[in-house]
Amino acid sequence: MSDPAMTETRQPTRTKAFEKRLKARYAQERRFKVFGLFAILISIAILFVLLGNMTINGIGGFQRAELQVPIDFAQSGLAGDQRSLSQPGAIQTLEMQGLPQIVQFAAEQHIGEAGAQQLSEQAWRDVAASITADPSLINRQETFWLPSSGDLAMGMDGEGSPEMQALASQLESAGVLEKRFDWGFLTRSDATDPQQVGVWGALKGSILTMIITLALAFPVGVLAALYLEEYAPRNRWTDIIEVSINNLAAVPSIIFGLLGLAVFLWIFPNLRSAPLIGGMTLALMTMPVIVISGRNAIKAVPPSIRDGALAIGASPVQVVFHHVLPLALPGILTGTIIGMARALGETAPLLLIGMRAFVATPPDGFTSPATVLPVQIFLWSDEIDRGFIERTSAAIIVLLLFLLVMNALAIYLRNKFEKSW
Amino acid sequence: MISEHTVKAFDEDITRLRGLITEMGGLAETALEGALDALIRGDEDLAERIVADDRKLDTLESEVDRLAVKIIALRAPMADDLREVIAALKIAGVVERIGDYSKNIAKRVGHIEGRTRFEPLTLLPAMGEVAAEMVHDVLTAYAARDPALALEVIASDKKVDAFYNSVFRNLVSHMVENPATISSAAQLLFVARNIERIGDHATNVAEMVYFAATGDYPLDDDS
Amino acid sequence: MTVIHEMDDTADPKMRARDVSVFYGDKKAIDDVSIDIPTKYVTAFIGPSGCGKSTFLRTLNRMNDTIPSARVEGDIELDGENIYSSGMDVVQLRARVGMVFQKPNPFPKSIYDNIAYGPKIHGIAGSKNELDEVVERSLQRAGLWNEVKDRLGESGTALSGGQQQRLCIARAIAVDPEVILMDEPASALDPIATAKIEELIDELAGRYAIVIVTHSMQQAARVSQRTAFFHLGKMVEYGPTDQIFTNPLEERTKDYITGRYG
Repeated sequence: MSDPAMTETRQPTRTKAFEKRLKARYAQERRFKVFGLFAILISIAILFVLLGNMTINGIGGFQRAELQVPIDFAQSGLAGDQRSLSQPGAIQTLEMQGLPQIVQFAAEQHIGEAGAQQLSEQAWRDVAASITADPSLINRQETFWLPSSGDLAMGMDGEGSPEMQALASQLESAGVLEKRFDWGFLTRSDATDPQQVGVWGALKGSILTMIITLALAFPVGVLAALYLEEYAPRNRWTDIIEVSINNLAAVPSIIFGLLGLAVFLWIFPNLRSAPLIGGMTLALMTMPVIVISGRNAIKAVPPSIRDGALAIGASPVQVVFHHVLPLALPGILTGTIIGMARALGETAPLLLIGMRAFVATPPDGFTSPATVLPVQIFLWSDEIDRGFIERTSAAIIVLLLFLLVMNALAIYLRNKFEKSW
Repeated sequence: MISEHTVKAFDEDITRLRGLITEMGGLAETALEGALDALIRGDEDLAERIVADDRKLDTLESEVDRLAVKIIALRAPMADDLREVIAALKIAGVVERIGDYSKNIAKRVGHIEGRTRFEPLTLLPAMGEVAAEMVHDVLTAYAARDPALALEVIASDKKVDAFYNSVFRNLVSHMVENPATISSAAQLLFVARNIERIGDHATNVAEMVYFAATGDYPLDDDS
Repeated sequence: MTVIHEMDDTADPKMRARDVSVFYGDKKAIDDVSIDIPTKYVTAFIGPSGCGKSTFLRTLNRMNDTIPSARVEGDIELDGENIYSSGMDVVQLRARVGMVFQKPNPFPKSIYDNIAYGPKIHGIAGSKNELDEVVERSLQRAGLWNEVKDRLGESGTALSGGQQQRLCIARAIAVDPEVILMDEPASALDPIATAKIEELIDELAGRYAIVIVTHSMQQAARVSQRTAFFHLGKMVEYGPTDQIFTNPLEERTKDYITGRYG
C-alpha cells in the first residue's frame, strides 16, 4: 500500500507563451471552419448557376407556339362512329376523308389566310389523335390549339424575318397565337420540325438500354465481388484480377464503344443502334464499378458476423447469402446506382456503336433501332434550326429529372435495407 | 529462491507479515527463557516484567490478524502465497499462547518456597531448555521456510514429553515423602505442565511451517 | 513436459487431443498438446497473452479452417471420431461443438430470428410451433426469457452487452450442441453481467461439456472443475482446479497464478 506521491508546487498555466499558443490554435480552428464554409458555398453557388441556367433556357422548351383553331365537326361532313374510329388505321381514314383540308379551312376562317399558312403541316394529326381518343367529337365543335410553323414560332421570339415577326405580333394581339405548355414534348419522338419534336422516343430508348445494362452488370458484378472477397485465395492471380478490374473502371468510355463496335456488332451485325447492343456495351463499363463498390461493401461487414454464423454451423454459402450479402446490400446498391447514373449519361460509346439514328417512333423492344437521351441532346444541339436550342435545354432538364428519380430510388432502397450491426 | 511478485506492494505485505511473526517469535522466546531464569533464581522482579510484557504479544497478534485478512481481501493470494498467509494467521495464535504459558510460569515464581531443596528443580531447567530450543528452531524453520527443520522440531516433542513424565513421577514421589512441600511441588507440576504444552504448541507451529512450504501435512506419528 | 495431475474421471472424455500442433505459416503457435476434455465439467484454459489458449480452443471446432495460413497437426477426436478426417462434415461438427466469442456478436436480426436461425438451417425445427418452442427453451436455459419474452421481434443488437452475450449463448444452445466453447465470454462485460454469465455456466455445466478460455484466474477458479495452464504454446500443467490453485506442481504454473513473472 503506497501513499500517493506528494504533488509538486504548481506552475501557473497562463504564461505569456502559453497565451500566444492558445490564440494561434483558436485562430487556426476558426480559419479551418471558414475555409470549409467557403468551399461549401462555392459548390452550392456552382450548382445553382448550373441549374439556374438550365432551367431558364429549358423552360421555354416545354412550351410551343400554338394557334387557336375552332372546328365544328358536325358541319364538316366527317363521318364515322365510335367503332370505326377506334380501329387502327382510323387516322388514314380521316386523312382520306379530308381532315387536313377541314382543319386548314377552319384555320383560315378564324385566323386569316396568312395565319393559316403558318399552321404546322402536321397540325391535323393532333386533331386526328383527339378524334380517335374521343369519337363523340365528330358530332360537336371544339376549339383546338394547334402547333404553328417553326418560322412563326421564331417570329414570336423576336427572331427570323421581319414579316414573320409582324405577323406573330399581330396574331398575338388578336389572341389567337400563344405559347402554351407542350405536354406532347414528353410523349412524342424525334422530328425535323422543332415544334414537333418530343423526348419520349429517346427516353424509352434510355430506359430499355438501362434495363439491359442492369440485368447484365448487376448479377455479374455482385457475384464477382462475392467470389473475390469470400472465396478466392489470396495469390498472384487474384492480385492480377484485382488490378485489372480497378483499371477497367478507369478506362475512357469511348474505348468500350470501340469494343462494342468490334465485338458485339460483329456478332449481331443487324442490331446496329439497338438497346440490346447499347446495353451490353454499357454493362461492360458499369460492371467494374459495381465490383469495386461491392467488394468494399462486403469488406465492411465485420468478421465477427461471419464468425458467429460459421460457429453456429452455417455453410460458407449460407454465411454469404444469409448474413454477408444482406448487410453489404446498401453499399452494393449505392455503387450500382452510381454506375447506372454514369451509364445513363454516356454518349461517346453509344455514338460509336451507332445509336445515333434518327428515330421518329419510340422503339418497340430491345432489338429495334433506338437512341438514348444524351445522344438525342447531342444531335439536337447540332441542329441548325434555332428552334432546337430551347428544346435541347428542355431535354437536358428531363435527363436531370430522370437522374434525380434514380438517385432518390437508390437512397430509398439503401435506407430500407440499412441495418445496424 | 522465490522470485518477486510483479506487483511489488504484494511482496511488501508478505514481508511485513513475516516480520510480525518473527517479532512475535522473538518475544515469545525471550519470555520463555526469562520465565525459566526467574523460576530458577527466584527473581520476582524479572517475573513481574515478563508478565507485563505479555501484552505486547497480544497486540502483535491482532496486528497479524488484521494484516492477513487485508492481504486475503485485496491480493487474492493463490498457491504458496495463500498457504503462507493462512499459516501466519494460525502461527500468530499459537505463539501468543506460548507467550501466555510463559507468563503463567512467571506468575508462579512467587509461590515456590525452599526451591534449593527440590531435586526436580534440576530437571526443570533441562526440560525448559529443550522446549526453548524447540521454539527457537521452529522460528528459524519459519524464517527459512525449511520443512526438514520443522520435522526435526516435531520429533523433539517426544523428548519434552519424556521429560514431563519423569518430572511428574519425581514430584509425586517427592510430595509423598515430604508432604510439607506439596503446595510448592504442585506449583512446579503446573510449571512442568506449561512447559510440556509449550512443546506441543511449538509442534503445531512446525506443522504449519511444513504445510506452508510443501502444501502437505506431516504424516501423523502417534506419540 | 506437461504435468498432468491424477484425476478420477471414470467416464470417457468427450473430446480428446493428442500431439496437436498448430502452425500459422512457419510459426508454431501450439506445440504438441495432449489433453482430455471431460464431459459434463467445465474445463478452463488459462495462461498469459499469446500463449495459444485461444488458438487451441479454435482447433476444437475447426474455426482455424477460416484462416488460410493455419495448419493443424495431430489428432482431435469428438466421441472417438477424428474431427479433421475427410469424412467429417465441418458444418455438422460446428453444430455439435458450439462457440461463444469474446465480443458478443448477435446477428443484426430480431431476437427470435437470432435463435431460430441455427435450428432452421440444420433442419432441427421446421414449423412455427417447433421454432417457437426451441426459441423459448433456449432463452429459458440462458436465463434471458423473462427479460425478452415480450420483445422477441426487437433487434438483437438493441440489447445490453450482458444480454447480448446471453443471447449468443442461447443461440449456441438452440442447436443442441454437446460441447460449448467459450473464448473469454465475460471479458467485455461489467461485474454484474459477468456474475450472471458465470452463474449461467454453472447451470449449463451439468448438461454440456464446457471449455472456457479466460485471462482472469479468479474466474477460472470460480467456474471450472479442471484447469489447464498454457505457456508459449505448450500446455504446462492440467489438473483439478482446486489443486492447481492451492498447490500447483509446476514452477511456471505457480509463478503465473501467484503473479510472479517477468
